[in-house]
Amino acid sequence: MKNHLLRHLQVLFYSLGELARAPLTAFMTIAVIGITLALPAALYALLGNLQRVGGGWDEGAQISLFLKLNTPETTARALAGQIRAMPGVASVRYISPTSALKEFKRLSGFGDTLNLLDSNPLPAVLLVRPAKHAAGASAAQRLAQTLGKLPGVALAQFDLEWVRRLDAILRLAQRGVLILALLLGIAVLLVVGNTIRLAILSRRSEIEVIKLIGGTDAFIRRPFLYAGLFQGLFGGLLAWILVAGSLALLAGPVRNLAGLYGSRFELASLGLQAGTILLLGGATLGWLGSRLAVGRHLRAIEPG
Amino acid sequence: MIRLNNVSKRYPGGFDALRNITFEVGDEEMVFITGHSGAGKSTLLKILTLIEHASRGQVVVNNRNLARLPRRRIPYFRREIGVVFQDNKLLHDRTVFDNVALPLVVAGMSPQETGRRTRAALDKVGLLGKEKMYPITLSGGEQQRVGIARAVVNKPALLLADEPTGNLDAEMADQIIDLFHDFNRHGVCVLIATHDLRQIQRMRKRVIGLKDGELAVDSGSQAA
Repeated sequence: MKNHLLRHLQVLFYSLGELARAPLTAFMTIAVIGITLALPAALYALLGNLQRVGGGWDEGAQISLFLKLNTPETTARALAGQIRAMPGVASVRYISPTSALKEFKRLSGFGDTLNLLDSNPLPAVLLVRPAKHAAGASAAQRLAQTLGKLPGVALAQFDLEWVRRLDAILRLAQRGVLILALLLGIAVLLVVGNTIRLAILSRRSEIEVIKLIGGTDAFIRRPFLYAGLFQGLFGGLLAWILVAGSLALLAGPVRNLAGLYGSRFELASLGLQAGTILLLGGATLGWLGSRLAVGRHLRAIEPG
Repeated sequence: MIRLNNVSKRYPGGFDALRNITFEVGDEEMVFITGHSGAGKSTLLKILTLIEHASRGQVVVNNRNLARLPRRRIPYFRREIGVVFQDNKLLHDRTVFDNVALPLVVAGMSPQETGRRTRAALDKVGLLGKEKMYPITLSGGEQQRVGIARAVVNKPALLLADEPTGNLDAEMADQIIDLFHDFNRHGVCVLIATHDLRQIQRMRKRVIGLKDGELAVDSGSQAA
């Protein structure tokens, strides 16, 4: 057992040495794998960030309660107090018809036209902000339904359809990234497979000799499997560095842009978990690609 | 050690390399296989090392019926025999020591035991001082001796050699054949394919002659 482990370690370091002995070839392969893996990883990171953007808006969701026309201010304020005491409500703000009209005049640009009206056509509005735990789209929707049934309320409007649509689009994009990752994973398999195929062919005579003196297929396979594993692992590491570097370059401009929208949004980098998956995925793909190539080509090399 | 019974080898295309070969070689014999180029010497050695399979007939080596040996057992079978090649088939990117140690590494022997046995084999062929050199820096005779050390490092019961003196001058050839003779005296069965008549006359051992794939001469078993 100890011997077995020792032999694996020997082959492991031998394979690392082989990579170091042909640094340019090794680097080219690793670069191709790295760039191939970086693409889906970068898209994944960007999607995660977009989801956080959507999530941020979601949290700021408000429910607008339009009260029946001509509701006296005292009734409205009493209703506001009643709602404030309900579970799932963080705050309630009362907007009188007068201030609503003032705001409308300011924002709509119809100021002069509105002066022609002899009475205020706007209802009083209560702005309800759901508590954090009830801020999800569906929970807020339920809250809006409950509030809509209160006496004195004409209409409860919770307009987060666009958040849901964004959510659906992101889900679609996620599926797309998954498909892309699968295809590019296959590309990595082929790249590693081809590199290993060339390595096998260039060491043909050595493999023949080892077969002649009683080397098993497993023994001959081992260094190639380790080589594939390392290429994949280093490819994954390069992909991580590429994605993290790109996101770091984008972080400044994104902060700038978010600032212009009055947001403190910060671009999140690839997390430790995603990075680990990238490394493990790269190593697995490298090993698998090597395994496929070795299985196909070793049998063809027989001493003769 | 070796038993061939009506063995034939026909290559694709209909060329008969061997036809109805029958002979036996005892455990401690030393035998020369001789014949012109194309007489079937190499094919015979390939069949004995399972590089080729016989088309017909029975081949038994070291008590194993080669026709019944599954593919995955072939490596283990090859560890039981030592083979020396005309072109010695050394790995030129590895040192003499690593070349000789290779069969032991392949068999998964511990590093201590590998080092001990490799040095013993190198000592036997007189190359202990050159273990750190690369094969390309050695003379033809020395390279062949590295090949022999690699063939015997496993302590095989059977040693096969294909034209081991083919590329050597007379003096070096004598040394090499004497080395084989020495192993034979220590109980190893030795089979040498050669057309070096000088060595055959010098050694006075059993000779099996092939001609156009058929057994032409067998001087018969004799005590070593």
